[in-house]
Amino acid sequence: MADLAPGMRVRTRTADPDGHTRLPRYARGAVGVLVEEAGVHPLADDRARGRAGTPQPVWHVRFAAADLFGSGDHTVTVELWGEYLTPIEEHA
Amino acid sequence: MSGDHTSSVISAQVRHVEALLESRGLLDNGEIDGRIDKFLTRGSPANGARITARAWVDAGFSERLLADANSAIREVGLSMAGGLQEQRLKVVVNTVEEHNVVVCTLCSCYPLALLGPSPSWYKSEAYRSRVVRDPRGVLREFGLELPERTRISVWDASAESRYMVVPRRPEGTEGLSEEQLAALVTRKGLIGTAAV
Repeated sequence: MADLAPGMRVRTRTADPDGHTRLPRYARGAVGVLVEEAGVHPLADDRARGRAGTPQPVWHVRFAAADLFGSGDHTVTVELWGEYLTPIEEHA
Repeated sequence: MSGDHTSSVISAQVRHVEALLESRGLLDNGEIDGRIDKFLTRGSPANGARITARAWVDAGFSERLLADANSAIREVGLSMAGGLQEQRLKVVVNTVEEHNVVVCTLCSCYPLALLGPSPSWYKSEAYRSRVVRDPRGVLREFGLELPERTRISVWDASAESRYMVVPRRPEGTEGLSEEQLAALVTRKGLIGTAAV
């Protein structure tokens, strides 16, 4: 898992897992900005499968509604495990 | 999305395990219900209202609340540690520029310790699916018409944190005591679906 920090732009994963996940469908494959860390917790997907899960940072990730739904001037901040997130390479 | 669980397989399994634990003497009859009741009687929107009133009258408390809500609410005798483990609390504050509203799109996560049991509309699929897409429209249906210039921030309680909104202090309340201010705050205000 990559090092994450506030202000970083990330893309959420696109995979649709067979079982439980806490990456809401509407936020799949979307680009957002890390707001702040929201504690360290075992991945809920693992816990739901009866596995202990390795604790990892969870993040408040802010999305522009237009990026999620194609319209809207509000933002939606979702709480996502680091494993769902990939930093976007910034090209200078 | 998950909805009513009363007849689901998992509910039947839980009832079965509870019955086994009781028949083997590991649990007293009704002990789980009793514990849940005890937990919930401490939870009430009055708690969230007290936090809000303190934040309105004490700027230092308000700052601490936004930076580390779990520590700050101990100053007013409250805690998020009433369950099996302490839950992280995230408090957000409404201003003229920004209005916050909370939802749990995946289920119905809610700060029970601070606000008591959640209202039925909070758990409804209509609220959960619509407020992330069209918060301004949903808030209008709640009777809350926000100025165009007020940005709306929706918070989805999709993981382990619980959220509470500090509404804006109404105008003309300068002379009120902290207790009188707390009496103005509603459960909807603490979720973000009402002005106060």
